[in-house]
Amino acid sequence: MAQMTMIQAITDAMRTELKNDENVLVFGEDVGQNGGVFRATDGLQEEFGEERVFDTPLAESGISGLAIGLGLTGFRPVMEIQFFGFVFETMDGVAGQMARMRYRSGGHYHSPITVRSPFGGGVKTPELHADNLEGLMAQAPGLKVVIPSTPYDAKGLLLASIRDNDPVIFLEHMKLYRSFREEVPEEEYTIEIGKADIKREGKDLTIVTYGAMVHTSLKAAEELAEEGIEAEVIDLRTVSPLDMDTVVESVKKTNRAIVVQEAQKQAGVGASVVADINDNAILHLEAPVLRVTAPDTVYPFAAAEDVWLPDHTDVVERAKTVINF
Amino acid sequence: MFQILNEEGEIVNKDALPDLSDEELQELMRRMVYTRIWDQRAISLNRQGRLGFYAPVAGQEASMLGSQFALEKEDWILPGYRDVPQIVWHGLPLYQAFLYSRGHFHGGQFPEEVNALMPQIIIGAQIVQTAGVALGLKRKGKDSVAITYTGDGGASQGDFYEGMNFAGAYSAPAIFVVQNNQFAISVPVEEQSAAKTIAQKAVAAGINGVQVDGMDVLAVYAATKEARENAVNGDGPTLLETMCYRYGPHTMAGDDPTRYRTSDLDDEWEKKDPLVRFRKYLESKDLWSEEKENEVVDQAKDDIKAAIKKTDDTPKQKVSDLIEIMFEKLPVNLQQQLEEYREKESK
Ligand SMILES: Cc1ncc(C[n+]2csc(CCOP(=O)(O)OP(=O)(O)O)c2C)c(N)n1
Repeated sequence: MAQMTMIQAITDAMRTELKNDENVLVFGEDVGQNGGVFRATDGLQEEFGEERVFDTPLAESGISGLAIGLGLTGFRPVMEIQFFGFVFETMDGVAGQMARMRYRSGGHYHSPITVRSPFGGGVKTPELHADNLEGLMAQAPGLKVVIPSTPYDAKGLLLASIRDNDPVIFLEHMKLYRSFREEVPEEEYTIEIGKADIKREGKDLTIVTYGAMVHTSLKAAEELAEEGIEAEVIDLRTVSPLDMDTVVESVKKTNRAIVVQEAQKQAGVGASVVADINDNAILHLEAPVLRVTAPDTVYPFAAAEDVWLPDHTDVVERAKTVINF
Repeated sequence: MFQILNEEGEIVNKDALPDLSDEELQELMRRMVYTRIWDQRAISLNRQGRLGFYAPVAGQEASMLGSQFALEKEDWILPGYRDVPQIVWHGLPLYQAFLYSRGHFHGGQFPEEVNALMPQIIIGAQIVQTAGVALGLKRKGKDSVAITYTGDGGASQGDFYEGMNFAGAYSAPAIFVVQNNQFAISVPVEEQSAAKTIAQKAVAAGINGVQVDGMDVLAVYAATKEARENAVNGDGPTLLETMCYRYGPHTMAGDDPTRYRTSDLDDEWEKKDPLVRFRKYLESKDLWSEEKENEVVDQAKDDIKAAIKKTDDTPKQKVSDLIEIMFEKLPVNLQQQLEEYREKESK
């Protein structure tokens, strides 16, 4: 097995599928010779040629329209939006069109598209690069929204996404790209989309989270453990659809939960998880389910993002409030 | 391609020579030299971690400053992320440009008399907005124009066409500048579009399109001046394609131009350098000297030092400040969050 960073695991997944299936196409701004602004597609054009891995003109709406059209003619597009804030340029393509193709055609056509994109805070990017827009995506019926938190998960989930016949928004947290390595099998494997993972077991409290906040929550769980509180940390891995079975099972065991997200508080994935816990496990709860989130402002300018983003002390504090309720 | 000064600094298009006084000619040169020094300092400050996001501008001074010089104070500028020099020469204090670069919101709080937006990150967004500002100026009976900038890559966005088309349809006083610096990050302009020129894209919108030598500050000035006159006279908007080059990386955030650019191409463009060419011209008219140039260099260095100091002295950004400016009147959820963050920040 090889030690890989998350970005290497992502490249590896694309390479694997480009090899496996001649219909897989990788395209977007600067993904060719440049290998992507983060080097996620590094070396792929050289290996598979300009017909399979190619640069597009600078136009997101064009890119998603191209993907939809290629999908209709038998290809499996893996398109890149250079930073996820630029998805607004193609909200119609992504949320209005590819998400509805199956429904509109009565199941006749589909959109076997993977939309890959970096997002996420803590790396001091300019405006509209870091925004957590998964809540918007999750609200669009017809889209699956996947957010891996580890290199191992990234490879398995990306392979599953590319093989999925429905559109998958695959969001890659920038802070996780190169923050650590772990063992990633060289052979192919998939991780089921829509299946959460218990990243740490515990009996006193369930922390439901995803993306970079998985690591923040794990750190908080360690701190809580020092005080004798055993937190279970669930990584949703997919925020649409939500794996409520895993969450509810855990809540039945721990009777307490908090939901941690990097995104702003109102509406959003966290709110949905809280509502679903209420629907499915209200009689098992010993305390209200609380959230740890960012405030309801626009994603802040770089100089303020460190304070704006939730951190592990926020998680610890909220966890204790629930424990001491 | 419209040109006035060739690479040797000789006038090749006498009829088009703009009517500029000696002082104005010197001022144009001063601004280009100053901006080159500022660019070099910004790059090095960025490398030291003392500046935030920065997109180098060397190679584009004639395009940026020649066009800005043709504007009147009341005109509006809607810049892209690289177009910071234009708004600074339009009146934005340098230290605020540095604050913007660091991601501090005071960088976006423009002085009342500066008609400009903060640099736009979303490629194309500024172009459609320009049609709106231009129409607004026209409806308010102002004799001013709205000018916007994007790159060769930006000319591929749907918003680019929509902006030109709207401005054309309303005969709004807008000027669309595409700085064709040959690359959109790594993608060369030949791969961006099958169109022979970007200027020709004006035809589809029914507006004027002109391709200008963007390394020739006099040509850029003259073309913009004419576009401005046409715009305020009700003759509609103009698209200017300025042919130039970006010597540095795309931005300072990890771009490596050697992955997509040859040093031959760099050399070829450096021969067309706007500063060298204009310096030769001014020297031939006895309007410029090494001494003058050194004065400008020293002045720029001093100003930048002072501006950075002011940037450092600006109070740190607070989340509570950002919460306060979300709405004119705070809704209840934000009032609660404001209290939470004030308490957090007081610890
Ligand atoms: C809508 C949108 N898509 C993509 C980007 C990412 N991006 C920033 S600059 C750039 C290339 C721009 O090239 P060009 O328009 O030629 O301008 P230049 O930087 O060369 O001045 C890209 C792809 C962005 N900022 N906004």
